This record gives sequence, C-alpha cells and structure tokens, in this order.
Amino acid sequence: MDLDMNVNAPHSMGTTIIGVTYNGGVVLGADSRTSTGMYVANRASDKITQLTDNVYVCRSGSAADSQIVSDYVRYFLHQHTIQLGQPATVKVAANLIRLLSYNNKNMLQTGLIVGGWDKYEGGKIYGIPLGGTLIEQPFAIGGSGSSYLYGFFDQAWKEGMTKEEAEQLVVKAVSLAIARDGASGGVVRTVVINSDGVTRNFYPGDKLQLWHDELEPQHSLLDILNAPSPEPMNI
Amino acid sequence: MNFMASKQPENSLLGPESDSQRTLYPYVTGTSVVALKYKDGILMAADMGGSYGSTLRYKSVERMKPIGKHSLLGASGEISDFQEILRYLDELILYDNMWDDGNSLGPKEVHNYLTRVMYNRRNKFNPLWNSLVLGGVKNGQKYLGTVSMIGVNFEDNHVATGFGNHLARPILRQEWHENLSFEDGVRLLEKCMRVLLYRDRSAVNKLQIAKITEDGVTISQPYSLKTYWEFSAFENPAQGAIGSW
Repeated sequence: MDLDMNVNAPHSMGTTIIGVTYNGGVVLGADSRTSTGMYVANRASDKITQLTDNVYVCRSGSAADSQIVSDYVRYFLHQHTIQLGQPATVKVAANLIRLLSYNNKNMLQTGLIVGGWDKYEGGKIYGIPLGGTLIEQPFAIGGSGSSYLYGFFDQAWKEGMTKEEAEQLVVKAVSLAIARDGASGGVVRTVVINSDGVTRNFYPGDKLQLWHDELEPQHSLLDILNAPSPEPMNI
Repeated sequence: MNFMASKQPENSLLGPESDSQRTLYPYVTGTSVVALKYKDGILMAADMGGSYGSTLRYKSVERMKPIGKHSLLGASGEISDFQEILRYLDELILYDNMWDDGNSLGPKEVHNYLTRVMYNRRNKFNPLWNSLVLGGVKNGQKYLGTVSMIGVNFEDNHVATGFGNHLARPILRQEWHENLSFEDGVRLLEKCMRVLLYRDRSAVNKLQIAKITEDGVTISQPYSLKTYWEFSAFENPAQGAIGSW
C-alpha cells in the first residue's frame, strides 16, 4: 500500500559499514542513510562514531541500540583512560562493546565494527555482529549492504595496502553497496586512523563513480535537449 | 475489576518474565567437531567457519582451544557463547592454579564442570547454544567426552557434534580401533572432515587438527583438503535420462 509507509517503525540503519586495515592504520567507511520503514529519516547521518581519540566505531542495525551502546562504551573508556593514564587500546574498546552486546543479546539489534590505532598493536579492526561474538579481522563488512560486498572483497582485498589504496577500496565498496541496497544511500563517509591521528573524509553521492545502468546526473532535460547535436560522420 | 485488559508490549520487562532472559536463537555458528582417542592421546578436528545463517561469513574462527595443561575444548554452535565459556574456564583454571598445591584440573573434572554449567543454564531456559567436545590426557589416562546445550553428556572412544554425528560417527564406528597411530588417526579424521565438506552446507574448506598427549596440546596451522570431483557419473549425470539431475 503506497500510503502505509509506516513512519512510526523503529529507526533502523539499513546501512553499509566497512573497516579495513592497511600498513600503518585503519580506514573505516559507511553510507549515510537512516530509515524508518520505507521513509529515509536522515539522508546524511554519521554512522562512524568516536569512542576515544584513537578508536572509532561503525554502527549498523537499530539506530537507538547502536547509539546507546556507543554512549556507554565512550563513558566507560573515558574513565578507563583516566585510570590507566594513557590512551585505551583498540582491544579494550572492542571488548567493552562485546560485553554490552553479549550480555544484552536478547534486546539489542546492532552490529558494530570497532577500528582504531594504538601504540602496542598498531591498526586493528574488530567485528562484533549480532549475538556479541568478538572477532578480530584484517577487514570487516557489516550492515544490510554488506551482502553485496562479500564477493567484491574476496576478489579485491589485499594484504599490505597503502593508505590511499585502502581508502579507495572502502569508498568503491560502499558506493557499490549503495547502488544495490535500498537501505543504504546518501554520502560515503570515511575515517582514517593511524599514528599521526584521525582524518575524516566526505564523498557526496553525486561525486561517486557511476556503476552499471546508472546515468550521468543532469540539471534538467532541457540541458540535454538544448545540447549541440553531434557532428555528422565524414566518410 | 478490570474491564479493559491492559496490553503490554511483547518485549516488556514487567510481569512474571521480567527476571529471566532466554536465548532464542544462535547468530554466528560453528559446525561439526570430530574427535577420537589414539595411541598417545586425543585427536580433534574442526573447520574454521563461522556461519551467519546461510552465509559463510567468517572463515578464520578457531573453534578448538587448550584448557589448562591437560585439556582441549572444541565447540560447535553459537561462537559468542563459546567465547563466554572460555572466560568461565579461564577463571576456573586461574582459581585452580591459585591453590598452588601441585594439583591441576584434569579433563574429567573440566568436563564435569562444563556439564553442570550447560545443564543448569538449560534448566533456566537460557542455554549456552553449543555442543562441546572435551578431550585430554592426565597421568597416562586418556579422556574424551561431550556435552550438548541441554546438558546431555557422555564419554566415548570417538565423538562428534552436529552433522558429524550423522556423517562421521558411522565411519569411525567402522574404522576406529584401539591404539591408532598418529598418522592413521589424522587420516581417519581427514576422511571424516572431507565427507563433511562434501555434504554439510555450513562446512568451509579450512580446518585445523589438534593433538593432545601427556606432553601437552598442539593445534595445527590452518589448511585445506583436496576434494575429488572426477567421477564419470559426475561429468554427465543426465546421460542416461535427459532432463534428470
């Protein structure tokens, strides 16, 4: 039914989220669509959330659940950092996420990817899917859009990429997922974390590469109609 | 007297069910574990797959872990629950070591502990969604046992979980014998794992074989098995009956 768009459905982030390690750090990436049922509640959300100066988390699934889990973990990590006297490690952040996800598995519906850099282990990515399993991986994908990326990563992922290669891979992957997943869309956001610090990047939807069956965006039909006709062939 | 029944949402924490949580279903799961007793101890095999429903999502999950000095634990089922069990066992072994009395928990004791944990969780309708295989050697005595998510436990010369029960156990019943050599044991396990690879949809072709003897635990590096597809009947199955499969 057209009218029954269920605007009161729980906010969920269909989402495509990605975390990739490279030689020197990690690159996290995500789309920006938050939907309530069929309606896009926020077309420019930020799903890559800061936990500490050096650790970020990509959120997918229920927007509310992922936000509250990040908030709690940020709070715990803050206290932990004060007590420890130095930056928290990525592993500790990931384990705190795991603790909340596992112990509340019956109520939470959120898949998270934790990524960051610390001086002990360098760049690390941890996947924490539904259920609260903690799994360290060289790269991780999550969210509804990730279904379309398993084959892509099997083919395109390589060990020991440079920062530029890793970021290009992430942007390409999120863009491909957006092309096929109705629950993903908007802009591609990336966050690069290494020993030098953190860099946020923004790739607006209309600046991404075109895929199959997609057309170059135009301002108006009138521009096409008024365009100069092509030169006749010279035989 | 209430004329209008008040309606609570399904997930409310009010009322008689507020204190209990129940595990409804597993998310990330491991498939079969197969193990057998051999001359010097126990051999155990498990693939490295973590399935997410029908998707073979994770392919480097270690589903066998050493416990203390004398035991090896293999698990199938929900991986997050297995990780939690490893934490319980960590604590158990830690307290055991803290006695500092020269004694250490053997496989029989660890198996008994796990059985109690699994059965008590089952009684609260909140199971740890795993089937466990516990093997070990202590003071020359070999031990191989299994516990399921509902607390069914027993020991035997060879055990398996999940599909392994249906596909591997019959092979083991035929071909297992007392005092298998290490090589024969490995070949027998690989025979079982290959069948599982052919016939279990959630199997992945990357496995580890673990050995536990009096000297300790060794878990092999991950490796893949060769598979055979060149039967003439496979090459042209519809030859005798066009349109058949």
